[in-house]
Amino acid sequence: MNPAVLGLITIILGVGGCVGYFWASNFVLDRFLFPASGPNAGRNINRANAIRPWLFLAPALLALGLYLAYPVVATFWLSLHDRAAGGNVFVGLDNYSQMLGEAKFREAIFNNMMWLIVVPAASTAFGLLAAQLTDRIGWGSLAKSLIFMPMAISFVGASVIWKLIYDARPEGTDQIGVLNAVVTFFGGEPQQWLTIQPWNNLMLMIVLIWIQTGFAMVILGAALRGIPEETVEAAILDGASPWQIFFKIKVPQIMPTIVVVWTTITLVVLKVFDIVLAMTNGQWETQVLANYMYDKLFRSFDWGVGSAAAMIIMLLVSPILVWNVYNARKEMR
Amino acid sequence: MANVKLTDVSKIYGGQVEVLKDIDLDIETGELVVFVGPSGCGKSTLLRMIAGLEKISGGTLEIDGQVVNDIPPSQRGIAMVFQSYALYPHMTVRENMAFALNIAKMPKAEIDAAVDAAAAKLQLTEYLDRLPKALSGGQRQRVAIGRAVVRSPKVYLFDEPLSNLDAALRVATRIEIAQLKEQMPDSTMIYVTHDQVEAMTLASRIVVLDALKDNGHKYSIAQVGSPLELYETPNSEFVAKFIGSPSMNLLAGEIVGTGETTTLKLKEGGGTITSAVPSTPEDMGAEVNVGIRPEDAQETTGDDYAYEGTVEVRESLGEVTLIYFERSAPEHDPVIAKLPGIHTGLRGKTMRLTAKPEKVHVFRNGVSLLYR
Repeated sequence: MNPAVLGLITIILGVGGCVGYFWASNFVLDRFLFPASGPNAGRNINRANAIRPWLFLAPALLALGLYLAYPVVATFWLSLHDRAAGGNVFVGLDNYSQMLGEAKFREAIFNNMMWLIVVPAASTAFGLLAAQLTDRIGWGSLAKSLIFMPMAISFVGASVIWKLIYDARPEGTDQIGVLNAVVTFFGGEPQQWLTIQPWNNLMLMIVLIWIQTGFAMVILGAALRGIPEETVEAAILDGASPWQIFFKIKVPQIMPTIVVVWTTITLVVLKVFDIVLAMTNGQWETQVLANYMYDKLFRSFDWGVGSAAAMIIMLLVSPILVWNVYNARKEMR
Repeated sequence: MANVKLTDVSKIYGGQVEVLKDIDLDIETGELVVFVGPSGCGKSTLLRMIAGLEKISGGTLEIDGQVVNDIPPSQRGIAMVFQSYALYPHMTVRENMAFALNIAKMPKAEIDAAVDAAAAKLQLTEYLDRLPKALSGGQRQRVAIGRAVVRSPKVYLFDEPLSNLDAALRVATRIEIAQLKEQMPDSTMIYVTHDQVEAMTLASRIVVLDALKDNGHKYSIAQVGSPLELYETPNSEFVAKFIGSPSMNLLAGEIVGTGETTTLKLKEGGGTITSAVPSTPEDMGAEVNVGIRPEDAQETTGDDYAYEGTVEVRESLGEVTLIYFERSAPEHDPVIAKLPGIHTGLRGKTMRLTAKPEKVHVFRNGVSLLYR
């Protein structure tokens, strides 16, 4: 059968199944379990209303449990075991200590810390700058579209684009990499950019900054427009310079939004994988945690250490995620 | 501490939309001048032009004898109080009030002294460490006023400062502003409002502005004068209807006797009345509008009446009773009389009104005979 037809059938079954489930379960609840009639009508309505949310939430809870909670538990279990002949053997924290002893792991942790500092800071700063500058000019919306466009490109796609920018050819031949083309145009020597340590890390970070600046710009731009114009006018009358208005009046008023943008990008950074895989695969000291985990799991087939790395990533992400959600909720109030 | 002089000031948006035209105004030191006018007349725009938040399209603006058209707002020696308070939400009351002084790099001890003095004057001392969100509307507006006071500006600008407050607070804050003015007799204040009670109670002079599109692009200022001047001798039908509540009744009529006093025959309402406004023999037979304020209308039973009509609606306010007469045509405003005391059982009855000659205004082509 044609895959397109199969896909269509799947969609119809899936959507139909969902609608069918909600309708049927609701019907059974109202008609047979707690009918809104008879001597206990009032009590039945209350009970049905107490049960209904759980009925509707059940499929989502089940799916989340199956695809989120179970993998966490299973990964944790795997990280405490080693594969041996005849099955898994419990080894305690051996996988963790083995991992901590590896230079590549320490490199990944260090690089991740660098990513954590540079990318959210740079993306938020550039996003804020772009939001402020594009607000008042005629072609601002065109500039905004261009800055936002990388958001629509996948990380791998962006990596391919930037790999071409950093591309290097032997000296004397035409440079197809933009960066080297510029360098040779001004008489410099072409460089193997992605092998220059430690700057190659920064070159990978630039890819993510390029992608995330658009996100930061859109959210912060909306926040900037939400600032009451009168407070800015009052500051003008109070004698504040444009610089002071921006940093003393505008930025403090959108601080909660800046925090949410910052932490959201932090979460993306902690999970960064595609860019490193596609561009250097962790060579030349550019390893990061997620790529390290992938290396262990699917190249070395060392499930124990790979799972331990996954647990470390989760431990780092969770508190920031909680804080992010807390701040986002606070802002909504 | 400074006078404000506007000469030929105009405002044009986008090179074609004319908002303000031919504004000539001399505001003396220590005056409290109120700009009033219907919405869209440009009164807030004029204030923002004085503040420097809007560019002046034509004419000159002088503060303290110095032309300030191209001087940035902060160096004009003005301070403004906004309708929405415009407090900095992330700063405490103290920080809000100190902001301008900090920007001006004043020594900390002087800043603290200025803020404490202003806070004491406005009863804000106990709220100095709070954020604006922890204050009530009236307190926020006092902070906004305090933020202006600490800068001891030459000219205070108020842009509808009481409009966001509820009725009771509005009265209280209005009195506070009046007291503040008394404490600072040398400071010049310009105050924009659409509330004529505020205008009448606060102003030393009122400037009535009219929307340009409504008066055929002639002028922006309809009349300037003390509150009672505007009330007693309005120069036009527009000012006459704008000042006073309910609005002045305007009845179509004809001049039938001229001289020291003018005798008028009313087409609407049918009677005759004498006005203390003088007229010349050439005015004989001229079509005019006769203006009588509702509170000046008196009930009469004699044959010497100005207006006769049927009572349609009666509103008892206790101290006074408002009587609305049936309109002669649907597009006309109803004639209203404001009679002191309580009157009952008038509905559907015929009633005759008259007024004292000195309370009768006469307008020809919209302009008062007193001002031609």
